[in-house]
Amino acid sequence: MIEVNSVSFRYHEAWVLQEVSFRVEKGEFVGVIGPNGSGKTTLLKLLYRLLAPQRGEILIELAPMKKMDRRDIAKRIAVVAQETQVLFPFSVFETVLMGRSPYLGSLLFESEKDLEIARKAMEWTKILPFSERSIEELSGGERKRVFIARALAQEPEIVLLDEPTANLDIQHQIDFLDLILALNRERGLTIVMASHDMNIASEFCDRLILLQEGRIYQTGTPEEVVTKENIESVYGCEVWVDQHPISGMPRISLLRKGSVER
Amino acid sequence: MKIITAKKVLTVSVLLSLVLIVIILVSITMGSVKVPPLRSIRILFQSIPGLKRAGNETERTIILSLRLPRAILAGFVGAGLSVSGATFQALLRNPLADPYILGVSSGAAVGAIIAILLGLGVSSFGLPLASFLGALLSILVVFYCGRREGRIHPHTLLLAGVIVGSFLSALIMFFISLSQKEELRTIIFWLMGDFSFSNARAILIVFPYILLGGLFLYLRAGHLNLILSGEESAVQLGVEVERLKLVSYLSASLITAASVSVCGLIGFVGLIIPHSVRLIFGPDHRLLIPASALIGASFLIACDTLARTLLAPVELPVGVVTAAFGGPFFIYLLRTRKAIRTL
Repeated sequence: MIEVNSVSFRYHEAWVLQEVSFRVEKGEFVGVIGPNGSGKTTLLKLLYRLLAPQRGEILIELAPMKKMDRRDIAKRIAVVAQETQVLFPFSVFETVLMGRSPYLGSLLFESEKDLEIARKAMEWTKILPFSERSIEELSGGERKRVFIARALAQEPEIVLLDEPTANLDIQHQIDFLDLILALNRERGLTIVMASHDMNIASEFCDRLILLQEGRIYQTGTPEEVVTKENIESVYGCEVWVDQHPISGMPRISLLRKGSVER
Repeated sequence: MKIITAKKVLTVSVLLSLVLIVIILVSITMGSVKVPPLRSIRILFQSIPGLKRAGNETERTIILSLRLPRAILAGFVGAGLSVSGATFQALLRNPLADPYILGVSSGAAVGAIIAILLGLGVSSFGLPLASFLGALLSILVVFYCGRREGRIHPHTLLLAGVIVGSFLSALIMFFISLSQKEELRTIIFWLMGDFSFSNARAILIVFPYILLGGLFLYLRAGHLNLILSGEESAVQLGVEVERLKLVSYLSASLITAASVSVCGLIGFVGLIIPHSVRLIFGPDHRLLIPASALIGASFLIACDTLARTLLAPVELPVGVVTAAFGGPFFIYLLRTRKAIRTL
């Protein structure tokens, strides 16, 4: 369980997040949505303590995060970032094995058990066939799978995703999201996903947090959060909200200026 | 599956150590005074007490007091510069980084030139000391400029290093313009790297830094791998990134300072050896660091041997040889890189 208690954060003068409080229960799939600059990415960075809040506190299973050892955080929380840079070409297997790093401690080399865990993670994400290839040779979709496998190798309780579907075509989007959903449903992992795509968020998440200028505008189920009133007020543009024809979840359509009157 | 294991690192290290030993043996038999190879080796081994003496006094002096210390010193410096170069490339996430990129060399050069202008000889204790102090000073200045709010920013550090380096270069030019003819030659040779005044004392000066610094960096090899994909990514995997950057910056800088203080500025080794090793063995620091150290040692001993034998009795600055042979070899590796990686 993640508990965020009236957290405020600023990089310089201006507050980027203010008085943010929410809870994520174990096994939940929570989406964080909001316009550019509303603080989604900053919020995720606070959740794995890349940044520390100036006010308020964050608890993981009731333990204050600021007192936790960084390696302990990495054992419980894995992150799949938007884009990971590749400077020197490690192989897929080497990259996935890096997920075992928090467990190595002062040991320099992975044990047979670490290799087995990494192998299972690759099997699960279906990247075993190209485990020897260098990650710089992979496509965007394949590379995303490698970083999920790396996250799985960390054996975390919580996975944080930052704009996971940006830059992916629809086939790879749905592949990726099904994989994440399976992590959530089959393995019971808690997922927090920041996303620009409100249709994806409302289709896949149990609960949504809508941010506006660093404050929580509303939290609740997708039906409660993704409404015409909320979206128009937060994003400042006209939208049409109806229901997904199959799932019945809220669906947003963009509107051209003046097209509703016609 | 191909991954780095302790066994692989050990095997490669043992093989490369054998190569290093062969190169040291070859190096001590070569020179303007011909000492037959077998006798050289015999002289070397009977310096271990209790064995029968071979060769005459002159030959013993040449082998044991001149060539052997010189080879050992070149070996330590080659290893130190290569490990330091590999570390800076990871720390700054910049393939063009080398041990001198953050101005350590210019600081050392200013120290050395001041010592030379004050009349301290190349063989005196004062010169390496002055050069080491100059290097330390530049490390501190760059570190002070490159750190903001307790964090090291690679780009700020890089800029600070380059600018401090340029400023010190201006000082170097200024001192050169003031110097007399004999001093000028000493300064130029120092700036191009010179092992001709190697002795046991110089080895004693460098080896603690290179050995301890290298060991210190090796213990962080796994974390250096992680920082290659960015600092955020390393934090996600549980690395205390600021501590890692601080420790590796200081270790690599001290290794460079110690190396440079005993033999001047030998270029190219610290840039090219880590890249060559990456092309052959891959980017994992757990293998990269020991392999770079051993190959760097072998390479610099070989280059120095050529430097003192090619145009004997005239000695070339070793920096000329490292660049002349290292450059084409590196281009060859670069061109055949795919073939090497699939080995």
